[in-house]
Amino acid sequence: MPEQVITAWDVIWWGVFPYIMLAILVGGLIWRHKYDQFGWTTRSSQLYESKLLRIASPLFHFGILAVIVGHVVGLIIPKAWTDAVGVSQDFYHVNALLVGGIAGVGTLGGAALLIYRRRTSGPVFAATTKNDKMMYVVLVAAIVFGLATTVLSVFEADHTHNYRETVSPWFRSIFLLQPDVASMAQAPLSFQIHTVVGMMLFVIWPFTRLVHALTAPIHYLFRPYIVYRSRDKQRAAVTSAKVRRGWSDVGTGDNAKE
Amino acid sequence: MRVMAQMGMVMNLDKCIGCHTCSVTCKQAWTNRAGTEYVWFNNVETRPGQGYPRRYEDQETWKGGWTLSKSGRLKLKAGGRVKKLFGIFASPVQPELKDYYEPWTYDYKTLIDAPAGDDFPVARPKSLITGKDMDIAWSANWDDNLGGVAELGHLDPIVEKVRRESNEKIQFEFEKTFMFYLPRICEHCLNPSCMASCPSGAIYKRVEDGIVLVDQDKCRGWRQCVTGCPYKKIYFNHKTGKAEKCTMCYPRVEIGLPTVCSETCVGRLRYLGLFLYDADKVGAAAATENETDLYEKQLELILDPFDPAVIAEARRQGIAEDWLDAARRSPVYKLAKVYKVALPLHPEYRTMPMVWYVPPLSPVVDLLREQGHDAEAAGTLFGAIEELRIPVEYLAELFTAGDSAKITEVLRKLAAMRSYMRGVALGQEPDASIAHAVGMEEETLYEMYRLMAIAKYEDRYVIPTAHREQAHDLEEMGCSLDFEDGVGMYENSPFGEASGTPTPVAIETFNALRDRQTSESAPSAETLRGRVNLLNWDGTGAPDGLFPAKHDGRGGES
Repeated sequence: MPEQVITAWDVIWWGVFPYIMLAILVGGLIWRHKYDQFGWTTRSSQLYESKLLRIASPLFHFGILAVIVGHVVGLIIPKAWTDAVGVSQDFYHVNALLVGGIAGVGTLGGAALLIYRRRTSGPVFAATTKNDKMMYVVLVAAIVFGLATTVLSVFEADHTHNYRETVSPWFRSIFLLQPDVASMAQAPLSFQIHTVVGMMLFVIWPFTRLVHALTAPIHYLFRPYIVYRSRDKQRAAVTSAKVRRGWSDVGTGDNAKE
Repeated sequence: MRVMAQMGMVMNLDKCIGCHTCSVTCKQAWTNRAGTEYVWFNNVETRPGQGYPRRYEDQETWKGGWTLSKSGRLKLKAGGRVKKLFGIFASPVQPELKDYYEPWTYDYKTLIDAPAGDDFPVARPKSLITGKDMDIAWSANWDDNLGGVAELGHLDPIVEKVRRESNEKIQFEFEKTFMFYLPRICEHCLNPSCMASCPSGAIYKRVEDGIVLVDQDKCRGWRQCVTGCPYKKIYFNHKTGKAEKCTMCYPRVEIGLPTVCSETCVGRLRYLGLFLYDADKVGAAAATENETDLYEKQLELILDPFDPAVIAEARRQGIAEDWLDAARRSPVYKLAKVYKVALPLHPEYRTMPMVWYVPPLSPVVDLLREQGHDAEAAGTLFGAIEELRIPVEYLAELFTAGDSAKITEVLRKLAAMRSYMRGVALGQEPDASIAHAVGMEEETLYEMYRLMAIAKYEDRYVIPTAHREQAHDLEEMGCSLDFEDGVGMYENSPFGEASGTPTPVAIETFNALRDRQTSESAPSAETLRGRVNLLNWDGTGAPDGLFPAKHDGRGGES
């Protein structure tokens, strides 16, 4: 490994900015969750236009879910672990490129269709806020730069950069409060740009419609179909010997109202 | 047995004149906001007609309500939980604005601002969605009074079905057609499929009165409830991105006032009151195999408020005495369960709807009269109900899942009431045989007549108020913790006049309005505790304290 100089920019981008980003993300989400439950929605525009949405939205969303899974695998699981179970670097990489490429293209295609729809469908465009537009710019930039790293690495032939030895250790080190600035500084520019844009996306996340992703209704699979709530908070507990499923009071379980 | 109370409504369709007052007042009260322009919590449909949104009753297209799985279990028609989550990114079955209508306003300003010229200025329709010029193509009641029915009548899903199943044709030729109005609000079902469809668990049924509401803070706008509701009575607010629905005017009902649609109903055709029902049996009743049995099963859920066992259990469940009393006086209980003249709308959706309808006899009576018969003679009417099969079959598709015998039974009771009371009104000897012909006693028939024809305000609306001990949870009283005296008795406070926490405006307004309605004079200082609430002053008289005390000249020396 060549002797490496860590510049002030490196420290700012890879040592300081991640923590600023995390503070804004977590603080912003808590604030939004506490004070803006009413604004916490998908803001669906299906009522206005549904033909394009029916193709574009699932394409984008399933694509981005796959992309998220790819990021989790690539960033969190150390290379040593996959080596230990006998996954060769080449095999891993080809898989990552193939699956990641398909997911990325799907996501970008979906996003492109969604933006086309947003621009050309009158009512949808009328309902687009400045906030939405800003969010789209950052989101698409993150996807484009991310896809670019994948595409570039295809053309780099044998000299493929292994992000699992630069970006991933840095990513994990952030959460250990020992940011490994040096290893991120080694990563190629394409990865660095993607990472910065990605962090910017997380900075704006709590203040855009993206928050709807954090209330993905997984608990729908487990809750009873019929939901009862009492206006009087004591009553259900007083009158029934045991509170049965589906009869929970306000402020408990499924529909906890803070 | 788990006894629960349900605020229910009955609408007597014979009295509906299709004036849309209920729709308009409801809209003014609840949905006159941006994002809800197309939303009608209450709408009035002319039947035959497509309804609102168009063809909402065609569940093969819209997938609303419940259905039975192969093993006989209840399942959502639009699919189970996993299927719903996979379809969440673009709800697969979702009405679009074109299925409702594009709301519009008119460019009234040009009428005033247009420069003088040879042509009259016109106010062009402007879309409330895009703000651009638009062509008006449909509305919430475009086919009102059978408008365009000759061309579009076949699009009514019920007409389609009746035509398919009977070889007779529903005629839309002027002299052979029939029509009636169907006002619709949310059904506040016992087994709501909108609630079951909601991924966020934001829709809930209130334990106290069964009113179904959407928690606006918990709704995330996944729109599955719109698909789930077979009556399409949940609307998506396209500005806020949240689902909205009829609230049964719960802020009014809580203080004992009828809903806005009921209060303003010109025909006085709405009844409000309590049902007691057995919540433990709802699931089993909704899973009844045969669709035509669903009405009977739903009726079985309704408990007899005079039954000592029911009363004891209700008390044990914490239902208050005044609510039990209201349940015993409930007009909706009488119409649905005692006289059995009110029927649920589309029981085949298996949601156990709690807004019931007395089917209209008028298409039959009108036709008889036009044909020159004595339309109110018992014999003629009884015969004609059977004879005029088309209206009966149409009504059966609406109210009894196609069982026309039950509709005939109800119409015969209504006909009997008419004929019997006509005899009484004409000073003839009351004809007991008419009552017996429909399996009723003369007294019952007379009681039914009192409730349905005289229909006094106090008899139509029997609404127990929400409980004082729960007052702190009432919508407006969030901050007035110790509002002890409740509605109607707030004159006394521990430290004299105007001490303690302020009286909530709703309570004060309620009392002032009641005073004004029941007495000759304007609300005086007495009821307002010496203060003047200008909100309650309607300009009649000058309540004490409105103006400073006048010096009358002679009192100058003091």
